Amino acid sequence: MNSITQENNDSQEQIDQMKTQEGVIIMEHDDTDTEHHHGPAKGFKRWLYTTNHKDIGSMYLVFSLVMFLIGGSMAMVIRAELFQPGLQLVDPHFFNQMTTVHGLIMVFGAVMPAFVGLANWMVPLMIGAPDMALPRMNNWSFWILPFAFAILLGSLFMEGGGPAFGWTFYAPLSTTYSNDNTALFVFAVHIMGMSSIMGAINVIVTIVNMRAPGMTWMKLPLFVWTWLITAFLLIAVMPVLAGTVTMVLTDKYFGTSFFNAVGGGDPVMFQHIFWFFGHPEVYIMILPAFGIVSSIIPTFSRKKLFGYASMVYATTSIAFLSFIVWAHHMFTTGMPLAGELFFMYTTMLISVPTGVKVFNWVATMWRGSLTFEVPMLFAIAFVVLFTIGGFSGLMLAITPADFQYHDTYFVVAHFHYVLVTGAIFSIMAGVYYWLPKWTGYMFDIALAKWHFWLSLVSVNVLFFPMHFVGLAGMPRRIPDYALQFADFNAIISIGGFAFGLSQLLFVAVVYKCIKGGDKVPAKVWEGAEGLEWEVDSPAPYHTFETPPKIKD
Amino acid sequence: MTSQGKLIQKLAFACIGMFGFAFALVPLYDVFCDITGLNGKPSLEQAKVSDTIDKSRVVDVGFITHIQNQAPFKVSADQAVISVQPGAMSKVVFKAKNMSSENRMMQAVPSVSPGLAAKYMHKIECFCFNQQALEAGEEADLALMFYIDTALPIEIEELTLSYTVFDITQSGQMGSSQGASK
Repeated sequence: MNSITQENNDSQEQIDQMKTQEGVIIMEHDDTDTEHHHGPAKGFKRWLYTTNHKDIGSMYLVFSLVMFLIGGSMAMVIRAELFQPGLQLVDPHFFNQMTTVHGLIMVFGAVMPAFVGLANWMVPLMIGAPDMALPRMNNWSFWILPFAFAILLGSLFMEGGGPAFGWTFYAPLSTTYSNDNTALFVFAVHIMGMSSIMGAINVIVTIVNMRAPGMTWMKLPLFVWTWLITAFLLIAVMPVLAGTVTMVLTDKYFGTSFFNAVGGGDPVMFQHIFWFFGHPEVYIMILPAFGIVSSIIPTFSRKKLFGYASMVYATTSIAFLSFIVWAHHMFTTGMPLAGELFFMYTTMLISVPTGVKVFNWVATMWRGSLTFEVPMLFAIAFVVLFTIGGFSGLMLAITPADFQYHDTYFVVAHFHYVLVTGAIFSIMAGVYYWLPKWTGYMFDIALAKWHFWLSLVSVNVLFFPMHFVGLAGMPRRIPDYALQFADFNAIISIGGFAFGLSQLLFVAVVYKCIKGGDKVPAKVWEGAEGLEWEVDSPAPYHTFETPPKIKD
Repeated sequence: MTSQGKLIQKLAFACIGMFGFAFALVPLYDVFCDITGLNGKPSLEQAKVSDTIDKSRVVDVGFITHIQNQAPFKVSADQAVISVQPGAMSKVVFKAKNMSSENRMMQAVPSVSPGLAAKYMHKIECFCFNQQALEAGEEADLALMFYIDTALPIEIEELTLSYTVFDITQSGQMGSSQGASK
C-alpha cells in the first residue's frame, strides 16, 4: 500500500540517480539519517529492507490479497468445470491440481498471511509498542513467502503438473501415486511453515515483552489475546506439519516406509499425524477472526464487549481442545468404538466455548445503539454465517451421521462457511475497520456497501446449496457428477462467479482508499476504543516511541 | 541473557521439540495401536501354541486378499470363511500364482477387521512373515496356521483377515517403498 504520490516518485528517481552517482557517501548519510529521522526509505528498497511493522504488515496484506485472487481464480476454474455435468473444460488431472492448489493457496497464502499482516499492523499499535520485538526476523518471515508460493505455483507449469492429491496430501496419494514435482510442494510447505513459525515467535515475544506500562494481561484487546493464543498453536503444530511433509519426502524419494504398509508403515498413521497438525490449524485460521469481530462489534454497538474475561477463557479452551479432536476427520477409517465416541464428545465440547463467544457478541449488540457501517455489516454477517458453519460442524461431529457426510459437498459447505464467511469475512471486516487508520482516508462507502451486499448474497448462493447436494451424496474433489445434481451445481457456479467478481470491488475500494478520499480524524469511528485510535490517521511511520499512558 | 532472549530461546526449543514430536508420533502410534488395536495390525511374530480351547462358542473367520497396484499375482484362500473355536488351531491354504513371465517377489501385509480383534489373532505360521519368491508362472500353496485367543471379547462373533499383496521385486527387500511406487 504505497502512499507515495506521483510527485514523490519523481523526486525519488532523482534521489536514486544521485545515489548511484555519489555512491557510498550518500548511502552513509542515509544510514545516519534513518537513526534520527522518521520517514521511510524510498523506492523498492524501502520494502525489501524494511523492518517497520507497518510496512511489513502492508506487504503481508497485499500479498494475501494477491494470493486470494489467484486462489479465487482456481476456484473459478473448478466452478466452471462443475457448471454442467460431464467433462467440458479441463482434464481431471488438472481439475485435481486446481482443488489442491486452491486449498493450499487459500489456507497458507491468503488467510494466514492476512492475519499475520493484521497482527503486524495492529498488535504494536494496540499494546502501545513502537514496533514488533524482532523486526529483522519479521522482514525475513515475510520475504521468504513469495518464494514459497513461486515454487508452488511454478510447479503447475512443469511437466506432470503441480500437486494433485488434495491440500491434505494423504499418503499414498502424495507418496506412491504422485509425480516428481512433489519435492517442490514439500519444499514450498517447509518455507511457508518457517515463515509462520517466525511470525508466531515474533508475535509472542512482542506481546509478552513490549506491552506499554499498565497494559496488564486482562486489559489486552481481544485481537491481541486471540493472536497470542494463535501464535502458540502455530508453534505447536507447524513443526508437526514440517515433520509430516518430511516423511512424505523421504517415503517418496529416499526409500523410507513411514506410510507404506509393505515396509511396515501405515498409511492411516499419515492421517493421524496430518490432522494432529490440521485440526489446530483450522483454529489458527479462526481465532484471530474472533479477535477482529470482538473489536468491531463493541465499537458499533457503543457498548463494552460483553464478557471480556469469558472470551479470553473461551479462546484458551478452544485452543486446548483443538489438540484432542483430530480424529474426527477420520471417523470412517475404522477406529474402535471407544475412539469414535471420545472424538465425537470432545468435538461437541468445542461448541461450548464457541457458543459462549457467539452469545457474548450477541449480548454486546443487545440494547446497544447500533449503527451499520461497513465493518459492522461484515462482522454481523460473520456472526450469523459462522454460526451456520459451526452448526454444520456439529452435525459432522456426530459419528454415525458423519459416515454419510464424509467426503461429500456437505463437508465442503461446512468448511467454506467457517473459512469464507468466517475467516475471510472477518479479514474484510478488519480491513474496512482499520483501512482509514492505515491510509488516512475514508474508503468509498457506497462501493464498499455494494461489495458487502453482493458478497453476502452470492456467497450464500454459492455455498448454501452445497449442503443439499452433499446430503444427496455428491462427492467432493470429483470433476464430474451424477445428472440429478445438475441444477444445483449450475446455481452454485453462478453464485461462485458472482462472489468472485464481487471481490474485484474490494480491490477497487482498497486501491481508491490508498489513493485518496475524505480525510479521517485519529478516532475514525465514533464508538471506537483502544490505543490504535489515539495515533494520527494515517498512522505515522513510527508510533509510541515513548510508551503511552494506559487509562484504567 | 535478557528476558527477551530467554523467551526466544524457549520458543525456538519448543519448535524443535515439536518437529521431533512429529517423528516420535511414529513409534507412539505403534505402541498405541498395540494397546488399543486401533489399526487392526496383527503381530508378525510367531505365536506360542494355545493350551486351552473354548468349546462354548465359534467364531467365523473370513479371508480376503487384495492385490495392490495391479501386481501380477493371484492369491486366494481355498476357503473364504471358516468357523473356529477359540484356542483351536486352524490351517488355511492360500493359492498364489505369479501371472507374469518374470520371477517376482511378493509380500503380503495382513490386517484384521474389526481392529480390536487383531491382537487376539495368533499366527503360528504365516506366509506374511517372509517375502515369497515366485518364479515366472509358478503356482504355490502358502500356509497359514493360526488360532483365535480364548480371551477374544464375546461380542466379536466374526472377523476378517485381509491380506494386501505387494509386488516388491524391484526393491528386493522390505523397508523400501520403491517396489510399490514404480
